[in-house]
Amino acid sequence: MTVESGGATTAALQDHASQAPGTPGTPGEAGGLVQLLTPEGERTDHPGYPLDLPAADIRGLYRDMLLVRRIDTEAISLQRQGELGIWASLLGQEAAQIGSARALAAHDMVFPTYREHGVAWCRGIDPAKLLELYRGVSHGGWAPEEHKFGLYTIVIGSQTLHATGYAMGIQRDGAVGGDGAEAAIVYFGDGATSQGDVNESFVWASVFNAPVVFFCQNNQWAISEPLERQSRIPLYQRARGFGFPGLRVDGNDVLACYAVTKKAMQAAREGQGPTFIEAFTYRMGAHTTTDDPTRYRLASELEMWKLKDPIERVRAYLVRTGQAGPEFFAEVDAEADQLGSRVREACRTMSDPPPLAIFDNVYTEPDAIVAAEREQFAAYLDSFVDGEGEGR
Amino acid sequence: MTTLTLSRALNEGLRKALENDPKVLIMGEDVGKLGGVFRVTDGLMKDFGENRVIDTPLAESGIVGTAIGLALRGYRPVCEIQFDGFVYPAVDQIVSQLAKMRYRSLGNVALPVVIRIPCGGGIGAVEHHSESPEVLFTHTAGLRVVACADAADAFTMIQQSVSCDDPVIFFEPKRRYWDKGEVDTAAGVADALPLDRARVALEGADVTLLCYGPLVRTCLESAIAAREDGRSVEVVDLRSLSPLDTEVITASVRKTGRCVVAHEAPVYAGLGAEIAARVTEQCFYCLEAPVLRVGGFHTPYPPSRLEEHYLPDLDRILDAVDRTFGY
Ligand SMILES: Cc1ncc(C[n+]2csc(CCOP(=O)(O)OP(=O)(O)O)c2C)c(N)n1
Ligand SMILES: [Mg+2]
Repeated sequence: MTVESGGATTAALQDHASQAPGTPGTPGEAGGLVQLLTPEGERTDHPGYPLDLPAADIRGLYRDMLLVRRIDTEAISLQRQGELGIWASLLGQEAAQIGSARALAAHDMVFPTYREHGVAWCRGIDPAKLLELYRGVSHGGWAPEEHKFGLYTIVIGSQTLHATGYAMGIQRDGAVGGDGAEAAIVYFGDGATSQGDVNESFVWASVFNAPVVFFCQNNQWAISEPLERQSRIPLYQRARGFGFPGLRVDGNDVLACYAVTKKAMQAAREGQGPTFIEAFTYRMGAHTTTDDPTRYRLASELEMWKLKDPIERVRAYLVRTGQAGPEFFAEVDAEADQLGSRVREACRTMSDPPPLAIFDNVYTEPDAIVAAEREQFAAYLDSFVDGEGEGR
Repeated sequence: MTTLTLSRALNEGLRKALENDPKVLIMGEDVGKLGGVFRVTDGLMKDFGENRVIDTPLAESGIVGTAIGLALRGYRPVCEIQFDGFVYPAVDQIVSQLAKMRYRSLGNVALPVVIRIPCGGGIGAVEHHSESPEVLFTHTAGLRVVACADAADAFTMIQQSVSCDDPVIFFEPKRRYWDKGEVDTAAGVADALPLDRARVALEGADVTLLCYGPLVRTCLESAIAAREDGRSVEVVDLRSLSPLDTEVITASVRKTGRCVVAHEAPVYAGLGAEIAARVTEQCFYCLEAPVLRVGGFHTPYPPSRLEEHYLPDLDRILDAVDRTFGY
């Protein structure tokens, strides 16, 4: 069974980009945090990021965030019930992911970590594919080009170089500037900024002026290590040293994340090179379902961040401005319930691949060694089969 | 004697090492407050302070590279790589620097660095968390490569590794972290079996089963099961993968005339190949059958729902044992 995802609703948002002139990121850099919606749900303005989204689009962002939070909640309980091996929760990071992903054009390429369930949703990846990975049924298995969404990357930071190389390919294809211009965006964490690969990707992107946006979700923690273990300066300030603009956005503000990403991607597509976006957010859950954050952080910190919940503020704003009423919220809740049960069902009815699938896709053409091992293993499995043996 | 899990035995061993030598340091991702994702370093930061137990930035090349610098300055760093699949960013520092500094300095430099790596599969993990990269390191001269299999060895081998003046790659069988064993924590390591020696874990007469790390337990279970078929299997825990204790290996094979090597790592170009060649060269006239290998396939580690097929289990090991009697 498959679960349809949110890919289709992207289009509505494409036309309302803020296209303010100027170097991307500069206003953010000067003015500190870019914020367009306060934690209380008050709309604020930022000179570098004028944004005028129609009510339907803001409701769409709310819906996306609520639905991906539901996928997340379901996945956590599925893990508790033994249906998944592990799960990396996106709780608290919905705005950073939905805001940035909805700002992308359909043909922009995305390079995710392992926590980008909200971005995956926006790229039309069936949530069941994510469950497959965390259940241990596949290593991902989707076709990156089809969704313009790379495979989940667990080795910290590797994908930043892939995104940069991909962006260099965009340049060489002449797809920078003009109609149909493309750019790449890469997601990574605060911890990842210490990796050599990530720093190398900054150098590459900078000297080749590659059309790539570095979207760092600073959720304050890398498992048990706080941000101070990775950096003594705000992360976005690192970009300047590499020769491109960096800015910090309120990562719990979906409008601001949308606006800054829109602008940075546009700049990249136009040939202005990379931007570093630091989405200042918080990992509200454990690192993964096997982690116990009480060992290393205070509950009071979480309480403080709960007041900045990314979904609540949009709800407050929609209600206050009369852009959504009780029926809308009830509708989205009902939709989330349906999605939740589809996700559960998809997980529970998911079958394991046959054992001989181990040998598939190692090389383009079957390799002699792999083929021989496959044959031997098939014969070995057959030695157990007497009618009721499992299929291979 | 105390009953300890393998993870706890390592913790006790590290604690001893920290107590015995003020130059010993622990470093890695999440090794401090969290005590490591497998809790191997639990409580050590609290007891020895942040100067000696260091939560590092998230960069494996950085961990090993700075450990080399610390060693040049007289320290004995014990680095933790969080999972097998994350050692690769550090491979340049390990292979080109750590392994070669003694040689390049004509013996003027010793680098007593230990790199602890939880290895192997069987815990239902996502990719990069179940690999067995030992041959990358056994193929690199200048490194000692060891693998502990039980709590008692974990306790002594980690201490021996810390006091060794060569760099040691120390593999820990992650699916056995919670296995319990009897450990004499009061005993010193002076009288213990040296770090580079193999150990006959179970005596037998008909066939030698060579193994290390996580498969030692599986092989012991296989040997017990083989008794039902009237076969007496000798299980040898290699413990040291580089150097190899060929003395113990060949003595056993000369006695039994048959040899099976089991490891989780892929069979192709794996440690079993090296062992098979050596056994063939040194025991040719004693062999009743070719040396057989059981192990992982020449594929990436599969998704965890398939790992039971990828990992050599009791049945696959017994199948290989049986086959050595078919010649
Ligand atoms: C190269 C590498 N080293 C270690 C790990 C183990 N690990 C997984 S997630 C993580 C922390 C990542 O922190 P951050 O980059 O901030 O991302 P977050 O998990 O907070 O989203 C670590 C150390 C890994 N996956 N890859
Ligand atoms: Mg983080």
